Parts: sequence; C-alpha cells; structure tokens
Amino acid sequence: MNPNPHPMNADSEAAEPPRHHYLNAGYGIRSWLLTKDHKRIAILYLVSVNVFFALGGLMAVLIRLELATPQGDLFQPDVYNRLFTMHGIMMIFFFLIPGIPAILGNFLLPIMIGAKDLAFPKLNLLSWYIFNFGGAFVFWALLHGGVDTGWTFYTPFSTTFSNTHVLAVGVGIFITGFSSILTGLNFIVTVHRMRAPGLTWFRLPLFVWSMYATSLIIVLGTPVIAITVLLLAAERLFHVGIFDPAIGGDPLLFQHLFWFYSHPAVYIMILPSMGVVSEIVPAFSRKKIFGYRFIAYSSVALAVLGFLVWAHHMFVAGMSVYAAAVFSALSMLVAVPSAIKVFNWTATLYKGSVSWDTPMLYALGFIGLFTMGGLTGVMLATLGIDVHVHDTYFIIAHFHYIMVGGAIMGYLGGLHYWWPKISGRLYPRFWSKLSALVIFVGFNVTFFPQFILGYMGMPRRYHTYPPEFQVLNVMSSAGATILGAGYVIPIVYFIWSMRYGRHASSNPWGVVGLEWETTSPPPTENFETTPVVTHGPYEYGPEHREDAVVR
Amino acid sequence: MSANARAPLAHHFDSFDQQRESASLGMWTFLLTEMMFFGGLFIAYIVYRWSYPEVFIAGSRSLDIVLGTVNTGILIFSSLTMALAVRSAQLSRSRTTVFFLLATIVLGAAFLGIKTVEYHDKFVHHHLPGQPGFHLAGAPDQAHAQMFFVLYFAMTGLHALHMIIGAGLLGVMTVMAARGRFSADNHNAIECTGLYWHFVDIVWIFLFPLLYLVGRHG
Repeated sequence: MNPNPHPMNADSEAAEPPRHHYLNAGYGIRSWLLTKDHKRIAILYLVSVNVFFALGGLMAVLIRLELATPQGDLFQPDVYNRLFTMHGIMMIFFFLIPGIPAILGNFLLPIMIGAKDLAFPKLNLLSWYIFNFGGAFVFWALLHGGVDTGWTFYTPFSTTFSNTHVLAVGVGIFITGFSSILTGLNFIVTVHRMRAPGLTWFRLPLFVWSMYATSLIIVLGTPVIAITVLLLAAERLFHVGIFDPAIGGDPLLFQHLFWFYSHPAVYIMILPSMGVVSEIVPAFSRKKIFGYRFIAYSSVALAVLGFLVWAHHMFVAGMSVYAAAVFSALSMLVAVPSAIKVFNWTATLYKGSVSWDTPMLYALGFIGLFTMGGLTGVMLATLGIDVHVHDTYFIIAHFHYIMVGGAIMGYLGGLHYWWPKISGRLYPRFWSKLSALVIFVGFNVTFFPQFILGYMGMPRRYHTYPPEFQVLNVMSSAGATILGAGYVIPIVYFIWSMRYGRHASSNPWGVVGLEWETTSPPPTENFETTPVVTHGPYEYGPEHREDAVVR
Repeated sequence: MSANARAPLAHHFDSFDQQRESASLGMWTFLLTEMMFFGGLFIAYIVYRWSYPEVFIAGSRSLDIVLGTVNTGILIFSSLTMALAVRSAQLSRSRTTVFFLLATIVLGAAFLGIKTVEYHDKFVHHHLPGQPGFHLAGAPDQAHAQMFFVLYFAMTGLHALHMIIGAGLLGVMTVMAARGRFSADNHNAIECTGLYWHFVDIVWIFLFPLLYLVGRHG
C-alpha cells in the first residue's frame, strides 16, 4: 500500500504485461462466444451495448438536425415521432440500463470482492444472448420503420391506434428485461455468498454497494415492466385487454404500472455512476472517502425511495390531488440521499491531494451536472412547477442532465479509470483529458438552452416550433455537434490503445483496491490465491503504509 | 453411482456449502422476481374489482366451483409429492425419488387437463372477452363483465404456463434422479425445482379464492 505519487506518468518505466491473462487465455470466436469468464462477458456486453449507444446517438443527431430550423424541413412528422421514440428506447433499455452493471459491474464486481467469478457464470453468458435476442427485435423494428409511441408506450395509442411495430419492440423489451434480471440476480447472490475472507459488508468498495442497490431495483422492478409490456402486447394482439376503455379498462393503470418500473429504472441508470464516482473521487484525492457508511446507506435509500415516487410522472394525467401531494413530498425526499452523496464527495476533495487525471475530470463533471439535474428534479417535484413545465423541454433538459450528464459521465469516467485494468493498456493522456472537456462543454451547450426553451413553453415531441425559439435551438444543435465529437474521440483512442498503447502496470494510478492488486489484464481466475482482506476499501494516508510504526 | 454421488464443485466456488447456498439464494431471488411479475396482475385485479364489484361477483359465480376445488386439491397434493421427492433425493433413494417426481408430473398434468376443460366451457358459454357473442348471465354491464374474463384468462393462463414449464423441469429432474445424480451432497437442482413448484402452487392458492370464491359468500 504505497501510493505512487506520479500515476500514469509519461516517464515511468514501461510495464511488462503478464504472461497469462484472460485476453490471451483463448483465441478464436468460440473462446469468446462460449466463454463463462465474467471479464470476457463484460467485453461482449461492451460491444453490444455500445452499438445501441451509437445507434441511439445517431437518432439524436437527426433530431437535433431537424430542430435547427423552426420549419419541418428534414422529416415528416411521423418520421420525427419514430426518431425520438427509437432514440429513447435504444438509449434507455439497451444502453443506459445495461451499461455500467453489465460492463463495468460484470468485470469488476467479482474482482472487487476477491472472487473467481460471479455465482452463476452460465446465467451470465445466457444474459448476454438474451440481451442480443431482445435487441434483434428492436433492430428489426428499426429497419422496418420503427415505433412512434414515445418510449413510454402510453395506451390506448400503443394498443389501438399506432400503426407501427409496437408488438416487435414490446417483445424485444420484454425479452431484454430478463437479461437485466439475470444480471441483477447474479450480483445479489455473488455479493452475499462470494466475498473473500475478511471482506465484511462495510469493507466493500462503494461501487459494490451501488451495484447491490441497483440489483435490488432490477429484480424488484423489471418483472413489473415485463408483465405490463406483456399485457400491452396481448391487448394489441387480441384487441381486448385490461387497459381497454371499451370494457372499462383504465389507461391510467398502464401509466402506473409503467412508471412503477420506469421511475426506479432512472436509479438503475444513475446509481452505478454514483458508485463509479465514489471510487474515482477518493482515488484521485488520495484520501479516505468521507462518510463511507452514509454513501453506502444512501445507495440503498435511493433504491427504496425510488419505488415510492413513480406517480410524479403523472401529475397532469388525472390523479387525485391528495395522491399527487403525497407523491410530490416523497419525490422531494429523493434529494436527501442524493445530496448526502454529493456532500460526501465534495468533503472527500477537501484537503485531499487532488490530481486532475482523466477519470477525475469525468467524475467532477458528473458531480456538477448531476447536481444541476438533481436540483431541477426538486423543482419538478413541486406540483405547481411540474404542471407548468410538464411535457416541455424543461423536462427533457432535466432528465438529460441526470442520464447523459450523470449516467454517461460516470460510465465514461469508469471506463477511463478501469481501462488499463480491462485492456492492459494505457491511453493517451492529452486526448482523453480533451475528450472529458469537450463532452462537458458540448453537453452544457446542448442541454442548458433547453431549460430556458422549456420554461418559455416549447413543448417536447414536435418537429416544428415558433421562430422565436430558433436561437436557443441552434445553440442546442451546435452543442450536440460538439458533444457528438466528444464521444468519438474516446472510441478512437480506446481502439488505438488496444494495439499501440503502452502496457499498464498492475496499478497504474497508484491507488488502493483489490482490483489493482492483480495483474493488468487480470488472469482468468482473477487472483492466484484468494486474497484476505484486513481493512476498509479507501485506506490512504501514512498510517496505512506498510512501513508505518504501529502505535 | 459413487462418481455421481458428489456434486461436481464448480471452479469458482470454494466449498459445496457455498455452492449450495448460492443456488438456494439465487432461486429465492428468482421467486421474488416471479412474485413481482404476478404482482402486476394482482394489482390490476384489485383495481378493477374495486371499480366493478357486481361484475366480479357474477363472473365468479359463472366459474365451475367443483372443478376449481378439485384442482386446488390436486395441486396441494402435488406439493406433497414434490416435497417427498426432494426428501428422498436427499436420502439418495433414486427409485423413490423417480416415483414421487412422476406422481408430481401426473398431478400437474391432471390439473392442466381439468383447466383445459374449464377453458373449453368458456368457449361454449360465450365467456370469451372481445368476442361479439359475449354474454354473462347476471352481470349488470356486459362490457365490464369482459374485464373479469380478461383477468381470468391472463392470470390462470400465466399460471398454467408456469405449470407447463414446471412439468418440463420435473421431467429433467426425473431423468437425473433415474441416473442416480442426487445425494445428500448434491440436490441443488431438485431442491430449486421444488421451490419453483411450491411457488406455482401458492400462486394458485391466491387465484382460487380471488376468482372462484369471491362471489359466493352471503
């Protein structure tokens, strides 16, 4: 435990790669497609998930192109409807929800707890196949014209009136849900049963806590969207069903069931990023994290509270005022565990030995953007403001600050932090720092104007708008170009680094954590001998050095 | 026999206890997701029964109480044979295990057979929701009466699907038991199948009163 003061330094001596590691354990397509190694499955997920990220991003580019001018000059209205629907579906169900858990969680969770693999390696591989099988349905629908219901599938439009491929996409989401469930189930059992000797619950890295909380939401929430989508599909197929107003069915019931999953799903997207940031901030402050237990408990609190606030998506849908008031108050409560995290990260920075490496830039970006998204969330939890800005760009800006500014910054931060471990290679410092800055700037230029647009009353989901909104819309479209460029840079240098990057040492950042005690890349069985854990996860500082005098 | 008496310990586990506890916790977590899955339908049932109580009484009275009760008895009895199968697997008695597993499969098939008869009756009596000839005697509102049958088919249909999957799993367990795969150390698979089967039974224990008995008091 002797933190290196000059991590990833250009003139540190070149590291020797380990002789045997998971990447050279087997070659050929079979060694990948039939692998039961959690690290290889993480790589498989990395590929699949990022294909959907790229497709969803492409939709976003087309949306912003159309919105650069007030008239509808690029797309017909129904094409535009399909564009934003497919953007939402692919980004949420196929990128943000599986993103960090299935890639970084899959790779790191067993290593962080000193295990050889997840509890159910075959289920883990199966989950990747299920993910792609479900994705194939959505991809098919995309090629055949997509869906125009919005990613929320509100009935009776989705069951009765839409002439697009609702059934195929519904089935795709139903199937993909099971890949989430298998991942969540695997994580829960692994954290309970596979921890290394001495690794008590309060010695777990906070990333593991956040994965555990995320898994709880996944196993409790995903089955509800599964049955909801199944009922929707059945209703579309048989022309009768429980949401059908003709037989006394209540479309509001669909909204309740949909949001019972889809609100907690927001925490499936953001909690993993919070876990990543909880790792990066102490690592690059060279300081024990402030308020470990509070951050751990606040992850669980978010998982629980996340299930009690769904109806704040329905304040204008025709709910009783009393119910709305209760959901409004509960929604504001979410700010408490969120703020606990932000305060603790900030307190960790205080008097830390802060270094500005790429992962840290992403993590700091996360803290700022998540705070913006969170604070506007409190505004939206109040009934009056919500009714005023409902279905406007204010909402769009708010949830993109959480999902893009929060979740994707965390995802990229984590990818940069653990890339030397995953690939065994270093990536260029300059370009990676540049990408963090470009993304941060591009993101704000894209989405901050949308707060103003929304507050001035520009509604979401229209491909035209009054000319007076054009300046802000052009700003937003210009920002999207910058943001898009920012996402391309890491793709280029990550792929470049796999061949040309310098070999990473086992601990290139000079930080603590079980994952840094094994080689980069790790061997198939993760550790040569099962580690024994004798201390907490963020023990920086002189009293924990090996040569410290025992008082 | 001795080669199979011990479970092969998967490479990533340190001990048989760890492997067994993981399998068990995994199954319980899976049943939790199943509970939430059926939960969506139960919520829908509560909402619509609250909205249209008279329709639910009329719909409930139209169901065949005798067939429903017999089926309930069959399922409870199949849970007993399932439990006995798990017990004899733990005692390494393969022939007894095979016998009880086959008995469980037969009981499950009997349940599904009776269910088929009941479904057939719905066709005969014009109790199919969404069909032009739908008519439910004694219902105050024919439109709303269809809601009861949508829920009836959705809930019992999903339950029957789980029974079919369970019967398939039991078939696999029977083959494994016949090959002498189970022993005191190695009974994860049959124990998890047993948990699943009991869960499916319990779902029915809730469905039976909600669908068959709710209209019959007073």
